[in-house]
Amino acid sequence: MEKRVVFRSAWLPYLLLAPQLAITIIFFFWPAGQAVWYSFQLQDAFGLHSEFVGFDNFTALFRDPHYLESFKTTAVFSVSVAGLGIVISLLLATMADRVVRGALAYKTVLIWPYAVAAAVAGVLWAFMFAPSIGIITYVLKGLGVDWNWIIKGDQAMLLIVIASVWKQISYNFLFFLAGLQAIPKSLIEAAAIDGAGPARRFWTIVLPLLSPTAFFLLVVNIVYAFFETFGVIDATTQGGPAQATQILVYKVYHDGVKSADIGGSSAQSVILMIIVIALTVIQFRFIERKVQY
Amino acid sequence: MRFKALSASLFAAGLLGSATAQAQTEIQWWHSMGGALGEALNGLATKFNASQQEYKVVTVYKGQYPESMTAAIAAFRAGNAPHILQVFEVGTATMMAAKGAIVPVAKVMADAKEPFDPKAYLPTVAGYYSDIKGNMLSLPFNSSTALFYIDRNKFKAAGLPPVPPKTWKELIAVAEKLKAAGQDCVYTSGWPSWVHVENFSAWHNVPIGTKQNGMGGVDTEFKINSPLHVRHVAMLGDMVKKGLFTYAGRTNQADSKFQSGECAMATISAGALAGTIKAGKTDWELSFLPYHDDVKGAPQNSIIGGASLWVMGGKKPAEYKGVAKFLSFLSQPEIQMEWHTTTGYVPITKAAYELTRKSGFYDKNPGRDMAVRQLTLNTPTENSKGLRFGNFVQGREVIEEEMEAVFAGKKDAKTAMNDAVKRGNLILRKFQAANK
Repeated sequence: MEKRVVFRSAWLPYLLLAPQLAITIIFFFWPAGQAVWYSFQLQDAFGLHSEFVGFDNFTALFRDPHYLESFKTTAVFSVSVAGLGIVISLLLATMADRVVRGALAYKTVLIWPYAVAAAVAGVLWAFMFAPSIGIITYVLKGLGVDWNWIIKGDQAMLLIVIASVWKQISYNFLFFLAGLQAIPKSLIEAAAIDGAGPARRFWTIVLPLLSPTAFFLLVVNIVYAFFETFGVIDATTQGGPAQATQILVYKVYHDGVKSADIGGSSAQSVILMIIVIALTVIQFRFIERKVQY
Repeated sequence: MRFKALSASLFAAGLLGSATAQAQTEIQWWHSMGGALGEALNGLATKFNASQQEYKVVTVYKGQYPESMTAAIAAFRAGNAPHILQVFEVGTATMMAAKGAIVPVAKVMADAKEPFDPKAYLPTVAGYYSDIKGNMLSLPFNSSTALFYIDRNKFKAAGLPPVPPKTWKELIAVAEKLKAAGQDCVYTSGWPSWVHVENFSAWHNVPIGTKQNGMGGVDTEFKINSPLHVRHVAMLGDMVKKGLFTYAGRTNQADSKFQSGECAMATISAGALAGTIKAGKTDWELSFLPYHDDVKGAPQNSIIGGASLWVMGGKKPAEYKGVAKFLSFLSQPEIQMEWHTTTGYVPITKAAYELTRKSGFYDKNPGRDMAVRQLTLNTPTENSKGLRFGNFVQGREVIEEEMEAVFAGKKDAKTAMNDAVKRGNLILRKFQAANK
């Protein structure tokens, strides 16, 4: 028989749910609703008068080649961040999993960067790569590389990818390590007895068993690249040079907060919202099916 | 027991403190002056508070210019804006269009019956913040302009006479020699749009936009794709390619490149002088911005940068009286001279300039009057009064992005400046539509 909790009064369950619902409504539905509302308005910075303009903000956006360029930038950035972040941390996790002596020290050091705030991580890397004073710039110059991300867009992109990946590796590492440790040793030993080498064991046993973790991390990393890398970008390139690192979420902030273009910025956040909803649906409906639990 | 007595006296002191605060009318002043500049600004407020009993100016640092403006806009929307807000020059059109959110300074002064003469202010400074009829909308506060700095040590090391080049042609010739002598960073520049488009246009007496650079109305359009503009940006792009121009970034990053002795020449803000002196690593000399000598009418005069003080709307009459008193106080020659000499910003009134000159300050500190002299070199024309473009925070960034594309070798100057005009005009049209 199914176990059910029965509340004696009718309003108690609602009361218990209220705090969580209030948070969701105040911090998600309300602002999201406002964004949708503003995206159909043309308003001056001070909100002194506004006018309903229908889809004007949206059509203006899609007529702006730089907005379309921002899509490409975002795609390159998030694929690089999620891809590199997952591959590197998987590599590190497999290595750390095999270490017997001093394992705790390795793990601690690998997890450390997660405690660093995004903006701090950005500044840190920006310093190391600073065009005139950076230590890495100095080394690169010695190797004959002309490093100047202040005017070179691809280098600026590389910089924010490195900073964002570095920050996210710890998080991925933690999950991969936990996933690896959950794999029964007997399976791997049995394969080893059957003559499978380490590479073969990794591809046929470890990786399939890690796929739920990897899938989860893929979702989290894409969301991370889309939204949480804001701090890294704001502290380093601020979207420049020539918009080479202006990902969608940075453009929303830039146009809305810095340029006080509330209608245009809201229209962008509505589009961003739709993209993220779509991405999540795709990930759960199609990719998840291929995951072996 | 002792503890009780102590807390009781603390409580009494708290009561007393709040009682005196009650009697005074508080005036909130939001600003963006950090570090040494912030100290100088607080000094002004303290002096005013000590000079009278009725009003108390409370200064609040709200972050950099764009941040404090955003904060004030948000505060206004929520109904608790400050009385006085320091807004950078590019925010002028946005503030001006916000009728109802702001009160023109001329009106604040008239309502409070404070003596106020707009003609007392330097024309290039006052013109930037006045409407087409000459009514002053905001009070100029910290104004600077772009100047040309050289490090004489670097010139001497390369065997060159330590004299600043006057024209761009001369500058390039000097730059090539410096480069050949092994100088890595020859020339750098801060604020690409402000220096190489806005000041450049005024200095060569060519328009930045139609309708008197936007001062005549919101239906203005950019004109920065003229052959002269294209030629100048192309020249800069060429200098980058040859290693004669080290681009440092969109704001004041070039300041430290010059101040640390890395670069031999720089076009940066007059406000960077204080830092240059403090760093003490250069044998600096200030001079006017270089110009193209084949352009008729150049050099004209440069335009200002910096910020002005806006009075926000919706406050009580008594408070406006205090605001007016404070603005009068700030315009006094002695106060202006103090601000000018400690910060390096331009004195905003003619009287303050005269007073500083008579005090012998410029004789003791050569070059400190260079900014005022450059701003007042000639009577400002329609092209050199200043500019007023809606959403120019965005507009300026568009210009900077396109310039960066040239510096990176991605676009030729002509395409870039055409694109800057096209994209900039879209922003202007949007502003026009939102502020009918």
